[in-house]
Amino acid sequence: MSTPKLYAAREPIFPRRVSGTFRRLKWWIMFVTLGIYYLTPWIRWDRGPNLPDQAVLIDMSSRRFFFFWIEIWPHEFYFVAGLLIMAGLGLFLFTSALGRVWCGYTCPQTVWTDLFILVERWIEGDRNARIRLHRGKWDLRKWRLRLVKWVVWLLIAMATGGAWVFYFTDAPTLARDLFAFTAHPIAYATIVVLTMTTFVFGGFMREQVCIYMCPWPRIQAAMMDPDTLTVAYRDWRGEPRGKQKAEGLGDCIDCMACVNVCPTGIDIRNGQQMECITCALCIDACDGIMDKIGKPRGLIDYMALSDETAERAGKAPKPIWRHVLRPRTLIYTFMWAAIGFALVYALFIRSDIELTVSPVRNPMYVVQSDGAIRNIYDVRLRNKSGSDRRFHLSLISEEILRIQLEGKDGMIIVDVPADSTLLQRVYITARTQDPASSADTTDLRLWVEDLETGDRASRSTTFNGRVQ
Amino acid sequence: MTDRKIDETTGTETTGHSWDGIEELNNPLPRWWLWTLYVTIVWGIGYTIAYPAWPMISGATSGLLGYSTRAEVAEDIAAHEALNEGLVADLNSADLSALAPSDDLHRYAVSRGASIFRAQCSQCHGSGAAGAVGYPNLLDDDWLWGGDLASIEYTIEHGVRNEADFDARYSQMPAFGEILPADEITSVVEYVVSLSSPDHDSGLAEMGSTVFADNCATCHGDTALGDREVGAPNLADAIWLFGGDRAAITKTVENARFGVMPAWGLRLSDEDVRAVTIYVHSLGGGE
Repeated sequence: MSTPKLYAAREPIFPRRVSGTFRRLKWWIMFVTLGIYYLTPWIRWDRGPNLPDQAVLIDMSSRRFFFFWIEIWPHEFYFVAGLLIMAGLGLFLFTSALGRVWCGYTCPQTVWTDLFILVERWIEGDRNARIRLHRGKWDLRKWRLRLVKWVVWLLIAMATGGAWVFYFTDAPTLARDLFAFTAHPIAYATIVVLTMTTFVFGGFMREQVCIYMCPWPRIQAAMMDPDTLTVAYRDWRGEPRGKQKAEGLGDCIDCMACVNVCPTGIDIRNGQQMECITCALCIDACDGIMDKIGKPRGLIDYMALSDETAERAGKAPKPIWRHVLRPRTLIYTFMWAAIGFALVYALFIRSDIELTVSPVRNPMYVVQSDGAIRNIYDVRLRNKSGSDRRFHLSLISEEILRIQLEGKDGMIIVDVPADSTLLQRVYITARTQDPASSADTTDLRLWVEDLETGDRASRSTTFNGRVQ
Repeated sequence: MTDRKIDETTGTETTGHSWDGIEELNNPLPRWWLWTLYVTIVWGIGYTIAYPAWPMISGATSGLLGYSTRAEVAEDIAAHEALNEGLVADLNSADLSALAPSDDLHRYAVSRGASIFRAQCSQCHGSGAAGAVGYPNLLDDDWLWGGDLASIEYTIEHGVRNEADFDARYSQMPAFGEILPADEITSVVEYVVSLSSPDHDSGLAEMGSTVFADNCATCHGDTALGDREVGAPNLADAIWLFGGDRAAITKTVENARFGVMPAWGLRLSDEDVRAVTIYVHSLGGGE
């Protein structure tokens, strides 16, 4: 017996142009998401001297993240962790309510593939023209059309890879350097890699990325439930399918419009499939046909599995809001919002003066020659502003304690340069006759005050007395 | 291909493999996936030729590109040292006492000194520089040989009581157990205790004060405040290198106890000695 073929070439897909509600929505989403992606690095934001004036900037070398008025330093990485948790919960929420809505509308693979198909259609024509061209010989016209298409794709891909690097350094400077060929090799390497991935994934791999490379289609199966709204075919209304004039047939006239527009090349009438990214273009296609033949819309529609029995029995489905608003989605929304509020709250209570006090515990205390007990503290002061700041340090305690700063000759004032952290060694001393020198521990609070603005911040810590 | 088998339920071709009557459906992988596998195999072979890979009896094949992680680390270190060259030159030429703590050079010296201290000094003086019995605490304000920058630098450079450096700081306390009778030792110990503790026998201490004046004051001074010229400790303060109770002091008087420190000038570069000097001086006791 002959061996069956275990490997297959890709079946080319030629999605037909379609118009309708969802197509319009997708155009808008493409416009907005690509606009955000390409333009964000060029937004300027004046932060004064010494700080970059790019609104969104990931500054790897000095480990800073700038987002408009927000500035994140590495020790505040929990904000990023919080955003990632929110992104995860957001994905759970949207998948449980609307299935693979991320895949269908906002996934970069979908958006760029959509853009590449748009270019393809402009250059080579709609579905039938493209099929003819695909089957035709490699004559001059075919070469010309293909080359034009590839060049346009490549330009889009370069713009895509190019936009990425602008997020990591000052965009106008980098743009000048890029064209003068003086930019850092890593910038060029990143652009080349992202250009190639965009070009290959958007132009040639397309649905194969979703089917063979992406884990999300597998994960979604675990996240959808019978109330999840997803794109489906009402087979009880459509079947048996056939040409319109025949007797006893369903509403489906087997015109293949839904198959022809599908960017992943499947037939939605076969039921839910892993390949379906729920882009809803088949809904637009079918609704257009239903309008033409005078049948009600919605043969292919967003619907929930739980409505199938009711609909088969001829009853009305549950209203959409009852599918969307259910305990599971409400819990996700609540968790998502709770973390969101917590992050915003944490952002607003961030002190203008960032102060950490870490007691040196090696050793716990130092005995001075006159018998006094000294504790050492490492005090870190962060100055996130673009100008130098001067701070006054003091302490408050119920016991008598004295404060001294390393290298300051009795001064208790420190200068922190702009956009930097200062580590200051602080000594707190209790004389032999002071109770704190022999007490186990004594509570105290270190205060810093910005001498110019009068802003204050404090941290509590403890003082260790001599071990008896 | 006439003998293709089609699974009736799904309408899908089978591979013809059957286990206990269960047949495997054939859902072909894309061909590019297979090509990707071949490409990775070729890449893998190329990689093992270009980079160190195959284990041999001694070591591994070195790879055509001559890459080594060791060499890369050495390059990184050299690159960082090149970046620090200016600071190192400044450190070697600077007047240490004129450096302000907020100077970049001072900060550089403190962090350089801290890492050298952890590697070279912490074995005796402790990672927090708090010392141990017999090894001085470097955080307090009591110094055997002086706590200003020049004295600290000299001590680190030449060490204490070592035989490697002719200029090492040197002094030796006699073992008074062989010189003085036991009752005189008891009384001089009581005198030493009386200098810093109210809890003592004043009669005995009074007797000890004469013994002290005759035998100890030459080095430790008439008032027992010590002498940095000879590294004689201050006996009137609250800090004890070998312990401050009567038993510990008696042991010290009878046997004489003192430490030894290597001459770090023979082992470390000038800039490293100067960096450790600045670091030790910045720990709280610097004068």
